[in-house]
Amino acid sequence: MENFLAQITTIEGFAFYLFSALTIVLFWITVMSKNVLYAMTALASGMVLISGFFFILGADFLGVVQLIVYVGAVMALYSFAMMFFDATRNIKENNTNSAIVFVLGGLSALALVLIFAAPIHNESIQALYPMHEGVGNAQDVGIILFTKYLIPFEVAAVMLLVAMIAGIILAGKKMDNSLTESMDEDVEDEIMKRKDLK
Amino acid sequence: MIGLTHYLIVSAILFSIGLVGVLRRRNLLMLFFATEVMLNAVNIAFAAISHYYNDLTGQMFAFFVIAIAASEVAVGLGILIVLYKKNGSIDLDDLVSMKG
Repeated sequence: MENFLAQITTIEGFAFYLFSALTIVLFWITVMSKNVLYAMTALASGMVLISGFFFILGADFLGVVQLIVYVGAVMALYSFAMMFFDATRNIKENNTNSAIVFVLGGLSALALVLIFAAPIHNESIQALYPMHEGVGNAQDVGIILFTKYLIPFEVAAVMLLVAMIAGIILAGKKMDNSLTESMDEDVEDEIMKRKDLK
Repeated sequence: MIGLTHYLIVSAILFSIGLVGVLRRRNLLMLFFATEVMLNAVNIAFAAISHYYNDLTGQMFAFFVIAIAASEVAVGLGILIVLYKKNGSIDLDDLVSMKG
C-alpha cells in the first residue's frame, strides 16, 4: 500500500494509473455496450488514452501515429461504416453471456500473455537495435525503419495498397448508377420543362 | 517507479477484455471493435518492452501492427458492406447457411 502511494504521487505513476483505469473502463464499455455509437465513442477515447501510454514510454512517434492512424483514419472508417447500418437503435444479439465465456476468455488470454512474456524475463536478453542517446525518438525510428526494416516497410506499403483496392472494389459494387448522374438528369428534365413553358 | 510488469499486467487485462468481447459478440461490427481492443493491448506491451529494454524493435513491430490493423479495417468493412447488401444483416447467427 505504501509502495502504491509512493508510485501514485510521482507524475509518471499518476498518469499510468489514471490512463490504465480509464482505458480498462472504456474498453469494457466497448465490449459490453449494446449501442454501436457508445461502443465506438468508447473505443476512440480509449485509443486516445493508449497514445498517452506511448508518450509516457518515450515512444513519441508511435503515439502520434496511433493518434493519426487509429483515432483519425480507422475510427473515421468505422463511423462511415456505421452510417450504412442503423446505429441509433440498440442492436439485438443473443450474446452468450455465460460465465464460461469470461472464464475461457480470461484463461486463454492469460496463457497467451504468459507464453509471449516468459522469454522477456530471460536474463541474457540484449537490445537488437538500441536507442541512441541524445537523438530524438522520431529520428531514431526513421533510421532503423529505413535501414533495418526497409523490406518489411515496403511490403507493408504494398499490403496497404492491396487493402485499399480491395476496399474500393468490395464497397464500390453496384455504384455504377451513381447518385450524382441521376441528379443531373433531373436537373436537365427541369431545364427542359422550363424551356417548354417558355 | 512504474516497472515493466505494471504495463504487461495492464496489457494482459485489456487483451482479455478484447478476447471476452470476441467470444461473446454476435454482431460483426462489434466483433471488429473487440479485435481492435486486442491489437491495442498488444501495442502497449510492445512499447513497454521497447522502453524498458532500450530497444527499438518493439516500436517497429507496433508500427507494423498498426499498418495491419488499418488494412484489416479497410478490407473487413468492405466485406461487411457486401454482406449487408446481400443479407440485410451483419449478425453472425444469420450467416449460418449450412444445416447440421
